[in-house]
Amino acid sequence: MIGNFPFVTVIILIGLGIYSLLFKKNLIKIAIGLTLIESGVNLFLIALGFRKGAVAPIYTQAPEGVKMVLPTPQALCLTSIVIGVATTALVLSIIMIIYQRYGTINTDEIRRLRG
Amino acid sequence: MRIGLLETGSGHWNAIIWVIIAVIIGIGVLWLRNKGQENYKKNTDQTKPFLSGNPEGSKEDSHVGASHIYWGFTEALKKYYEPLVKLHTGNVNDYSGWIVLMMAIIFIIVGVS
Amino acid sequence: MSSILMHAPALVIALPLLAAFFTPILGRFNRKTISWLASFTLGLTLLLTLFIAKQVLTNGPIVYVFGGTEIGLTLPFGYTMPIRIIFQIDAMGIFMGLITAVVAFLAAIYSISYMEQHTGLDKYYTLLLLLATSMFGMELTGDIFNFFVFFEIASISSVALVAFRSTISGEPAEAGLKYMVVSSISALMVLFAIGLFYGQYDALNIATIASVMQFTQLDKIALILLVTVLSMKAGSVPMHMWTPDAYSEAPAAITMVLVAASQASLYALFRIAFSLYNVTLNTVTVGWIIIILGVLSMFIGVTIAIIQSDIKRLMAYHAISQTGYMLLGVGVGLAVLTNPAALESYGIKAMEGGIFHIMNHAMYKGLLFLTAGALFYRTGTRDLNKMGGLAHNMVYTAVFFIIGAAAIAGIPPFNGFASKLIIYESVYQFNPLLSIIAMLVSILTLASFVKVFHSAFLGPQLESYKSVQEVPKSMVLAMATLACIIVFFGLFPELIVKYIVHPAVMALIDQAHYTATILGGI
Repeated sequence: MIGNFPFVTVIILIGLGIYSLLFKKNLIKIAIGLTLIESGVNLFLIALGFRKGAVAPIYTQAPEGVKMVLPTPQALCLTSIVIGVATTALVLSIIMIIYQRYGTINTDEIRRLRG
Repeated sequence: MRIGLLETGSGHWNAIIWVIIAVIIGIGVLWLRNKGQENYKKNTDQTKPFLSGNPEGSKEDSHVGASHIYWGFTEALKKYYEPLVKLHTGNVNDYSGWIVLMMAIIFIIVGVS
Repeated sequence: MSSILMHAPALVIALPLLAAFFTPILGRFNRKTISWLASFTLGLTLLLTLFIAKQVLTNGPIVYVFGGTEIGLTLPFGYTMPIRIIFQIDAMGIFMGLITAVVAFLAAIYSISYMEQHTGLDKYYTLLLLLATSMFGMELTGDIFNFFVFFEIASISSVALVAFRSTISGEPAEAGLKYMVVSSISALMVLFAIGLFYGQYDALNIATIASVMQFTQLDKIALILLVTVLSMKAGSVPMHMWTPDAYSEAPAAITMVLVAASQASLYALFRIAFSLYNVTLNTVTVGWIIIILGVLSMFIGVTIAIIQSDIKRLMAYHAISQTGYMLLGVGVGLAVLTNPAALESYGIKAMEGGIFHIMNHAMYKGLLFLTAGALFYRTGTRDLNKMGGLAHNMVYTAVFFIIGAAAIAGIPPFNGFASKLIIYESVYQFNPLLSIIAMLVSILTLASFVKVFHSAFLGPQLESYKSVQEVPKSMVLAMATLACIIVFFGLFPELIVKYIVHPAVMALIDQAHYTATILGGI
């Protein structure tokens, strides 16, 4: 039961991220919500690879009779973190341009394109 | 005529025969048009637009703008359009809200079936 | 020469990527040559794609293993499942690849004149080449995490391109922000679904997951996530609200490429539903969900399009509406997948109509967006209330607009009619009401394009537009190529359906062939 704790955390993180995407009016808080969802999914990927009583997959000559944690989800997570950096940088620079042009970062007022 | 013949599941469609028939009908239309009267003089009052005898305003006035073209259609369906346009708020929170809502609806439908 | 061409699938990704990173260096020396470099690279990629298409359509699916000792070695000695990233190009993948190649090449040709006065052109062409790379990657890959990586590259580069004009006014930045938030959510949900697949089956290759798929509860959750977010990226109602914003604020050539990128997400949805799950899921339920999404998109898309006054926003709503046709056609095919008699009589035909419509839509929607770009280039406005009487000066643009509008409304002899006819006749046998709604939507499409044609082109010549001339040659060339393709597809639809669309449909339906190509042996 206690082994499910990472997955519960994943659900909580994604839930908080979606909450701040849906209900927060400040654009920076929406960007934070995106990074929360991304952290949740990365944690999910890492938690998938865990095996009980295993060691880190960094040995060339592994010690006898010891399992290693799966390395593939760690590679997937690294790729995802790098993509997340690019996405966050792009979102934040667009928010800067919006603040320059609109004078506000409240989503209720950034609505020139509607209808 | 095998070339150009599209077989839909329940019929046939041949665009080349359509084009040939359209050209033939077009030639017939042009022949009928040429049998009309030819006595009009260019650059006189005969070629100006006729507005029931009223003087013509500027060219900008006589062109119906895009928002006014389908006024009858839009006015008749006002009860359908008003809520729909109000639903397109342009707010970023609503964009994500719709995704979560649709995910929930599809979850219920697929989960129950 | 033939040894280089053996690596054509890798070259299709590598060439635009290399040119994308080479463009800023070249831009430092000579600003004018970067547009020619981009067009040349995308032209080479088009030739490579045509070569791969010929190979796939005559010999069957191609497999390309990255990093193996030979390119066809999916299962090295002693392994029972593939361990490397594998590109699996079957008829459906190369169908989408052809659309991407043509659209990207024509966008580069159009941009030679259209973006000439703009600053920051090296970034524009870098992003365009990256977007082309990522779309090819999405369509040719057989590995689901690789798909996610290309999906993210596509969303980042298309957001940057949508927000490209934000040095001039604020709206492109707002459109870019909305597109980015929506793309981010969808990409992260795709990654979550990939995690669910990996956790259960310990495989990232689509064919491998398909061969061991049992439809557990977690697979149901993954299916729901993927169906929702991929149909959102394709622009289906009710998650469509980013589409008019993003399509209207992007430069015109980029809007054409964005349409093809949305269709790449639609391709991914079909790939997931047909090749990954196939009959393990409840095809009637999921098929009806896709049909309902399609019908909603068709109807709501076109009714909101009629009341718009911004020309590109109107065309974007029509893009949503036409996506509904594709969802309807393929949804009917999915709903009857377990019913062999119905599949034979109208299911395959409905899917052929939907998939043929994808190619037709990319062509005529691209042409319409390019004409809207031509109007913006000469008059400086996108507002239909301000335009009028432009057919006196811009004759070519008016003719191409007529061809595009007749094609989208489904008027013979253009290509829209051929694919819509197949959809009407086959969907009618499934459920007559859907077919009637589709025909009604077609009439409303014609109505809104008559509105655009009247507002922009007909009428007396206005004072303010007396000095407007025809657009430059490269733009006319790009539009003329699309118009020729539309007329050719309209006159000879059965060539396209028999040689390109039908193999694509059979490749989607036949999951056993898809898995056997990688895992070997039937």
